[in-house]
Amino acid sequence: MQTDFQTIATQAMQFIMPEGILTLFACAALVLDVMLPRDRKRFVAWVSLLGVGLAFASLWILYTSIVSKGTPRTAFFDMIVLDSYAVVFKSIFLIGAALSILLSIKYLEIEGEQRGEYYGLILFSVIGMMFMASSVDLLALFISLELMAVSVYILVGYFRRDKKSNEASMKYFLLGAFSSGVLLYGISMVYGLTGSTNLAKIAAALPIVASANFNPFGAAAPPDMRYLLLMSMILMAAGMFFKVAAVPFHMWAPDAYEGAPTSITAFMSVGVKAASFAMFGRLFLYGLPDLRGSLAGDPASGIPSLPGWALLLGIVSAITIVWGNLGALTQNNTKRLLAYSSISHAGYVLLGLIAGNQTGYTGFVIYLFIYTIMNLGVFGCIIALRRRGIVGDRMEDLNGLMKKAPGLTVMMTIFLLSLGGIPPTAGFIGKFYLFAGLIETGNPWLVRLAILAVLMSVVSLYYYIRFIRAMYIEGETEPQPVTLAPSLRVALVAAAILVIYIGVFPQRLIDLTQKAATSPGLKTYSYQQGATKPAEPATPPPARGMPGERDRQTATPPR
Amino acid sequence: MLAAIILVPLVGAAILGLFGKRMSERVIGWIACSTVAVSTILSFYLFFEHRAALEGGEKLHEYLFTWISVGTFRTDASLLLDSLSAIYILFITFVGFWIHVFATGYMRGDKGYWRFFAYMNLFMFSMLTLVLADNFVLMFVGWEGVGLCSYLLIGYYFTKDFANDAAKKAFIVNRIGDFGFVLGVFLLFSKAGTIFYFNDTARGIHGAFDWAMTQSPDPLTWSAIFGGGITSVAVLLFVGAIGKSAQLPLYVWLPDAMAGPTPVSALIHAATMVTAGVYMVARASSIYIHAPTAMMIVAIIGAATALFAATIGLAQWDIKKVLAYSTISQLGYMFLACGVGAFGAGIFHVFTHAFFKALLFLGSGSVILGMHHEQDMRRMGGLKKYMPITFATMFAGWFAISGFPLFSGFFSKDEILYRSFIANGLPDSWARILWFVGAVTALVTAVYMTRLMVLTFWGRERFSTSEPAPGADSVPGGHEDHPGPPHESPASMVLPLVVLAAGAVFAGYLGVPEGLSGGKITNYFERLLEPSIASLHVMEPGHAQRTPEGTPLETRAEAPARMPEGHGLERTLTGVSILIALAGIGIGWVWFKRKPLWEPPRLLEEKYYVDELYNATVVQPIKVGSTSVLWKVIDVHIIDGAVNGAGHLASMLGSTLRYLQSGLARSYVAIVVLGALLIIGYFVMK
Repeated sequence: MQTDFQTIATQAMQFIMPEGILTLFACAALVLDVMLPRDRKRFVAWVSLLGVGLAFASLWILYTSIVSKGTPRTAFFDMIVLDSYAVVFKSIFLIGAALSILLSIKYLEIEGEQRGEYYGLILFSVIGMMFMASSVDLLALFISLELMAVSVYILVGYFRRDKKSNEASMKYFLLGAFSSGVLLYGISMVYGLTGSTNLAKIAAALPIVASANFNPFGAAAPPDMRYLLLMSMILMAAGMFFKVAAVPFHMWAPDAYEGAPTSITAFMSVGVKAASFAMFGRLFLYGLPDLRGSLAGDPASGIPSLPGWALLLGIVSAITIVWGNLGALTQNNTKRLLAYSSISHAGYVLLGLIAGNQTGYTGFVIYLFIYTIMNLGVFGCIIALRRRGIVGDRMEDLNGLMKKAPGLTVMMTIFLLSLGGIPPTAGFIGKFYLFAGLIETGNPWLVRLAILAVLMSVVSLYYYIRFIRAMYIEGETEPQPVTLAPSLRVALVAAAILVIYIGVFPQRLIDLTQKAATSPGLKTYSYQQGATKPAEPATPPPARGMPGERDRQTATPPR
Repeated sequence: MLAAIILVPLVGAAILGLFGKRMSERVIGWIACSTVAVSTILSFYLFFEHRAALEGGEKLHEYLFTWISVGTFRTDASLLLDSLSAIYILFITFVGFWIHVFATGYMRGDKGYWRFFAYMNLFMFSMLTLVLADNFVLMFVGWEGVGLCSYLLIGYYFTKDFANDAAKKAFIVNRIGDFGFVLGVFLLFSKAGTIFYFNDTARGIHGAFDWAMTQSPDPLTWSAIFGGGITSVAVLLFVGAIGKSAQLPLYVWLPDAMAGPTPVSALIHAATMVTAGVYMVARASSIYIHAPTAMMIVAIIGAATALFAATIGLAQWDIKKVLAYSTISQLGYMFLACGVGAFGAGIFHVFTHAFFKALLFLGSGSVILGMHHEQDMRRMGGLKKYMPITFATMFAGWFAISGFPLFSGFFSKDEILYRSFIANGLPDSWARILWFVGAVTALVTAVYMTRLMVLTFWGRERFSTSEPAPGADSVPGGHEDHPGPPHESPASMVLPLVVLAAGAVFAGYLGVPEGLSGGKITNYFERLLEPSIASLHVMEPGHAQRTPEGTPLETRAEAPARMPEGHGLERTLTGVSILIALAGIGIGWVWFKRKPLWEPPRLLEEKYYVDELYNATVVQPIKVGSTSVLWKVIDVHIIDGAVNGAGHLASMLGSTLRYLQSGLARSYVAIVVLGALLIIGYFVMK
């Protein structure tokens, strides 16, 4: 008979090997920083990069030896799960972290802020992200979220002498703490209603709690628990909306993005966002699947049916897409502009959750993957503009770049077109999947949502092409030459090649992400039966409050 | 293996494109020719290796990788070798190789030598992709690839305005056709649910053609075109073929395409690319036989183009222009064959045409070079003593295209005329009209080719040998314009002429019509093609149902039964064809020997004023409309107005946002709370 400790030591530890490696390297980064002389600090960056590489390798070993073999494995008393959903997201974080570190090295030297704790903090936040992707317990999710968030709060304020950076960090922290409170409030209520913090158990308990006639205490007039359930769902959603910067919880984003060191803006805009979406997916797809469609009422006793989270997400994503794109139109600071652009991208990604089918989930994962690469690419190009005396975050700084640095300009163009969703870049593939998922449902409202998203991505082209116009058409406004540091060049070229490669040969990535989208536990929804019915909320059948459009089967491979 | 055939020229193109600038002409020529040679050898090897399988109708798939797979849509990069694509790769690589060899001599001294051969190799890659693809999407990659290479090579002399204009014209006109092609593929996908040609059980894919064979044929009515059924698919695909193969009304780009170097005209605008449309129609034969209306359109357009272009060819002075119109006319023949259900005969004509037309173009190139860049036949004449080999080889080409008995063109053209006379699936009166048009075209063809030969090689020498011909810069290049008498071309140019001349004479014996030999000589070509092409007989009621995969044995047994009276009729018609060819050559000889500089009717010389017509009805209205309506009204007022309005609105919104985005953390919190309350309120009120 093994004790729990023995089980953990012998079996469970291997499931968190990548995180373990990263923890070691994060600590090593902090220690090394003290030992190295001031002009050798960049060594820490290479050590951290090595850590990310090793973590990636161990993740790959885990994937090939365990995950791809069969059912997902849980560990630590069902708090951590290792499935392809987690693996794909973890690889997104690791790629994002590696690119961010490469972008940072030269930038920090120019700013005179090259210190080891910077890389340590990045690694710590990545550890948090990775746990966010693999936790299936509300508490574990929350703790990993906070690990990530606290590290990033510090990183945003990393330039201590810069007022803007301090202000951004403070705002981000205050609002972040507030939103964490909101999220916790929702979590506590869910726990109260279902009696568990484990997502699988919550999902199992939901049908009972969500039933209109749920009457655990035998009261004469049954209390309608559905309102409480919805309340807690909305609070949890609000917390997540804040993290992914969806309207109306996005207010922190432009300020924080503008004030933070550009390399951290890049890291935040992809890593934090992707991790929050990973957690969003876990919470809502694994934990609250039955709250998706409408909650059945009881027409006999006059209890109304209530809308579910698909409607909430639909409205929020519509507003987010419109708001983000319109907000970006008038910005002149490129970092701020990209902050609005990243808000609108959060809206696009939400579409994948709303669609609720294989294509939508694939789009959800694939888009985050692609977005990570292309957005880091754009920020990398902006970092390249930082040179002596020039911050490089104004639109004018791009003027005449084609003459100064044609290679950089071409790569920037690739990233921008990809963000705009123009084929043959990767961004097109991502958007295609997201929109196709919505249209596949056949629900007229969702199709309209897809049309709105397409129209707004046309609008987004306006401000992406503003960059291109500045780079190609405008004349130079200042003579300072632009040179690319080798590490930055490697990161940018790799990202540009990936963006084009995925755009032309998407199949590999699609196969990989489809595995994540078909992870056991992810429930898909088919609209086929409900397609003829008028829009949301679909009319529910009377039995047990199951939404009419539900397909009870867990995910099956599409072909 | 198949992939290697395609990829080797691509590697050559990449090497030449990236490093060619620093290479010597010799090295460039070697690289360019050897890559094509490798493809040629591989093609022949594969053909003979799998000959039995191909004759038996087997389809050899080669799967490379899955390109895109979304929902039910799937595209693979995968190749297909069956007898149809085998024939195509054989003559493409073979003729292509000899044209490459010719070009090493023809382009000597040109500054863009490396660029030229990089494009040529890239073209070979695209063309082979087009032919070997096993689905419509990959075919479209090749289809656009050859279009691009054609554009690049027509505009090869990019410092000259006329070359740029011609390149743009070719590109834009082709775009119109491509639009139809793409729509056709879309429609096919929505009908059949697949863009693959044939079933492949190994990969679990279904083929659109196998789907088509299960459909019942559409009726022969004009309304079927817009019915959204299989006829619409066929017509839309044919629109693509019209563009690529320069048929009425989209033929206008091909004559202008002669602005490119002559080897380009031979390779792209005569032997290979322009026959892609015929290939596509033959490839999709199982769709066409279910769409009789589309077949009829194909036949009518083919016949009309054949006659129309031939008459224009009668009146051109530029030697390459004559050949260009001749190409259009011959392509019309091929479509006529496809339209009457004789896909095999159409492909056979593609095959023989590749030899004799490439030969004629290269011969004209040799003449042009020998004459120090003179293309106007009015300033030629009597060249046969200066360029004996060129003359002899072009002689073979002349007889072949005119349909002189026992030359290759004779067999293929005769087959087409016979098949259009008996055209099954069409009303008899239509069949007779089509045959008559074809026969008249044959006569005109013989006349204008005789004219070309007479004006070039016989008669008085209408050039001066002391100075370079005036206006000789119509083919600018790096050749130094040296004065002197015309001269024979170097060996690298003469050898391909000889090889192709042999082809022009003997290629026809692969497909001697069986009616002609009384079934004694097997029509090997048709036997080979039969399994790859759906035939109309499947559709005929009363006939035994025969799948396109029917074994040759069955068909051989059935062949005599299907046209018992055919041999007599076929021989009669052959006699008529021979008479026509001889008459044409005779008329041409007598007339143009006497009056070489006879002024043809103005209407013909000006090409029926079609370019002017298009200019007046399409180009100018678009220009005027764009300027006065789209630009001055819609763009300035409506779009700019909308944009400015939107900008105004956006900045108004922006200032509202700015008001909200006060920078104060407490106001942010307030908005968050407000937002959450609004959402909760909405959900509770619902």
